[in-house]
Amino acid sequence: MKGMPRELTQNRIQKIWIPSKDDKPSMPRTSHGGPHLANPPTVIVMVGLPARGKTYISRKLTRYLNWIGIPTKVFNVGEYRREAVKHYSSYDFFKSDNEDAVKIRQQCALAALRDVKTYLTEEEGQVALCRAEQILTAIFFIESVCDDPNVIACNILEVKVSCPDYQDCNKTDAMEDFKKRIECYRMNYQPLDPDQYDKNLSFIKVIDVGRRFLVNRIQDHIQSRIVYYLMNIHVQPRSIYLCRHGESQHNLQGRLGGDSGLSTRGRKFAGALAKFVKEQNLKDLKVWTSQLRRSIQTAEALNVPYEQWKALNEIDGGVCEEMTYEEVRERFPDEFALRDQDKYYYRYPSGESYQDLVQRVEPVIMELERQENVLVICHQAVMRCLLAYFLDKSADEMPYLKCPLHTVLKLTPVAYGCKVESISLNVEAVNTHRDRPDVRPSTLIRRNSVTPLTSPEPNKKPRIEGLDDTIIREVTPTQLTLCTASHTTLALSTQVSHSYCVISSLHNPVVTY
Amino acid sequence: MTNCPTLIVTVGLPARGKTYISKKLTRYLNWIDVPTKEFNVGQYRRECVKIYKSFEFFRPDNEEGLKIRKQCALAALNDVRQFLTDEGGQVAVFDATNTTRERRETILRFAEQNGFKVFFVESVCEDPDVIAENIVQVKLGCPDYTHCNTEDAVADFMKRIKCYENSYQPLDEELDRDLSFIKIIDVGRRYLVNRVQDHIQSRIVYYLMNIHITPRSIYLCRHGESDLNIKGRIGGDSGLSARGKEFAKALGQFIQSQNIRDLKVWTSQMKRTIQTAEALGVPYEQWKALNEIDAGVCEELMYEEIQQKYPLEFALRDQDKYRYRYPKGESYEDLVQRLEPVIMELERQENVLVICHQAVMRCLLAYFLDKTAEELPYLKCALHTVLKLTPMAYGCKVESVCLNVDAVNTHRDRPSVRFTNTHPLSMSVSLVLVKQASPIINLRTLCSSFTTQFGKPGCNVMFIALHVVDNKKINILYPYSTIKINLFKSTS
Repeated sequence: MKGMPRELTQNRIQKIWIPSKDDKPSMPRTSHGGPHLANPPTVIVMVGLPARGKTYISRKLTRYLNWIGIPTKVFNVGEYRREAVKHYSSYDFFKSDNEDAVKIRQQCALAALRDVKTYLTEEEGQVALCRAEQILTAIFFIESVCDDPNVIACNILEVKVSCPDYQDCNKTDAMEDFKKRIECYRMNYQPLDPDQYDKNLSFIKVIDVGRRFLVNRIQDHIQSRIVYYLMNIHVQPRSIYLCRHGESQHNLQGRLGGDSGLSTRGRKFAGALAKFVKEQNLKDLKVWTSQLRRSIQTAEALNVPYEQWKALNEIDGGVCEEMTYEEVRERFPDEFALRDQDKYYYRYPSGESYQDLVQRVEPVIMELERQENVLVICHQAVMRCLLAYFLDKSADEMPYLKCPLHTVLKLTPVAYGCKVESISLNVEAVNTHRDRPDVRPSTLIRRNSVTPLTSPEPNKKPRIEGLDDTIIREVTPTQLTLCTASHTTLALSTQVSHSYCVISSLHNPVVTY
Repeated sequence: MTNCPTLIVTVGLPARGKTYISKKLTRYLNWIDVPTKEFNVGQYRRECVKIYKSFEFFRPDNEEGLKIRKQCALAALNDVRQFLTDEGGQVAVFDATNTTRERRETILRFAEQNGFKVFFVESVCEDPDVIAENIVQVKLGCPDYTHCNTEDAVADFMKRIKCYENSYQPLDEELDRDLSFIKIIDVGRRYLVNRVQDHIQSRIVYYLMNIHITPRSIYLCRHGESDLNIKGRIGGDSGLSARGKEFAKALGQFIQSQNIRDLKVWTSQMKRTIQTAEALGVPYEQWKALNEIDAGVCEELMYEEIQQKYPLEFALRDQDKYRYRYPKGESYEDLVQRLEPVIMELERQENVLVICHQAVMRCLLAYFLDKTAEELPYLKCALHTVLKLTPMAYGCKVESVCLNVDAVNTHRDRPSVRFTNTHPLSMSVSLVLVKQASPIINLRTLCSSFTTQFGKPGCNVMFIALHVVDNKKINILYPYSTIKINLFKSTS
């Protein structure tokens, strides 16, 4: 094989060069030395007493990992228990001497673990990695330790009293019952012990809501990323404002990209935005823009200091820059069709895809997590990426999120998610949104189809046989992917990414399986 | 991004890797454009006490020694103050043992007086093998021990360590709970991180958690010669030329011969690097972040064409090649930002071969060899040559391996024609000096473009050509051209 390099063809959607035989992409080669050298998937186990923020951390971490392209799923043992025991009576269920309850809880834990196994092995598909009973996994523990009664009380009020267990209770009773529930666990709580018992485990201990961290034996890239993420998030109340630049000259002409200035209405919006920001009366608002003129001009009207990020620049339209959609359709009909086929993975020739954007914008997200009140003045595609992160939207939904001009989205973290308020500043503008097309473009099909199309189902993309458009679902090698790609020896595989993080929320930190 | 300068203070017994960490951290921060400098108190001590006699100097009851050591620490802190306050420094790394709470208190007071944030980096290690290896790698070669044989040096150093041990007060979770610090235990097996205050401290912590000291090598090379290379065109996404394919084969053989354990191979997402990797017959990974610098409107042009079409851009690039951004393209500065995750992952990895591009390779090389932004864009990264980097002591050993396959030369040296003043003209009359040492550039076109770009309405721009003779005499020839700018900006 050496000395006879394979021919390369460029995947038509992602514009990635892959080796091929006879113009068809060949099957990815198996890893050197067999599948066992591949990095196993990761299971993250949350540890800690109730009301320590485990669910908050797991949901947030899951949202982040999914957004950067690592399929992650939460398995919450509490939910299995709620299924098993339809009606929650009181904290007595959690007493360690309540034998029936203990049995049920253990069964729930096991059921959760069985589902974890299925989730991990199902996707492995062709790359047979394990026998039914045995899973090779990397296990990473995240323990949340907190003894500050104020924080705990706050937690309980925010998320526990409104949970299904307490729907028939008033707040005070719910709080009391929950506190007793915590006591039941505390008696058997064995925190992770870095000096003795647990010194060989990989874990991070989050102490006092992030004041201090103890990190032990990070094994790989993904654990390092998780630790970095956990060290950057905080729970201070704050709001994030997302908006686009004011209407631009190119917007008026229906042109993509470019670096034009604001139109008259755009300037009016900038003025309205300044007024809006003043009215919000925010403490220490940071303002961020891209390095494109239209967003900077918008910020200038606010008359406050702002910071320019190149990473916030609009998606690069490559050869299509500054064209109108009609011109694109005329000059590059195939590209036009391909983009509608898979808007998330589609990369403009010599340009970028939404997938590239996510990679580019990730440091912005990390810094947004660190900050408090921020106003981000950016662009349509970029704003969709950011919004998808905060609202936990999938790759499929992201390119179709509605981000109209002259509208500010105010995001306020609340409980396990984000509250969104959409504020239109009442300045007219063109509509730049293109909905997901209902009908699959026919030009493409006519030229290349070998087998008939299946009719489009609401949640399924029709697979067109014979086209080399299989999406390379490998997470693009960047910050995070490395842990996946490093074991998927050939970077491009048509398999779903191999590293999944699964988070189980186990109140009982002593797990045997 | 940070307003307040940061003072990083190392803590730990001798031979715990404090200087290694200080130098590496300084190199990394400077590379990501955070002006950083390290201040090694040991250096100050060596200046003060010209000849090192023995460990006795460090005995806790040696009053003379203690006085000198304290003076050295204060002198170093003084230089820190100067660097952070007067010289535009953003981060200073104060590299010393700082093993007592008292010494750390002094530093905290100093920082408070000057408005610096403090972040402690403590290295704790009791593994005798690691300590022994440290001593062998860096202590034996240090100026203190040049007159010693190995055995004596090691014995003396061990006694030196003992001098500190009794008074060592490690950072404590409880007693020091209000300080910002990271405690690195057993060379990264475990970390304790307390009260990270801001973005830069968060980045520092992330960096420290990703570096390791396992011996390994990093191989950097460019793709094989490409079709566009032969045509003298920049950028684009062409395939390998015949010679380029030959190089790819030779590279495969070279890699084989090196017998590297678990080599990872990385490429960009451009055809020419992938083709090169394909010839190796081993798995490789594509990084979009390793793509060549985007030349924007100049993509696929030849340098001569750029000079003709965009003379001002061409001149400006030579003026400040690091920060210059191609219109609708990128700058080296942008590249560094783009490549930071690659560097971070290179730190995590062991043996890696990176097949990339000229500008990209220069950025990576500048990181490993601690080159400044000034030097970076002119580093020599020839086609068909592999650079093998092996971390060693406090730096990196470089071996350049030419694989003996001919290729065009794509390197452009720093040119001799430069503007000496490129500040936008804000006064009504400004003097712009243009030194001409070679006849390449069409000065008239250049001056006219310059005026368009920088002139403000109502302002006169006068160009004077200076003729430098033998680097000694300067003759003012004549006003080269006077261009008056009307109230409405014109391009006359």
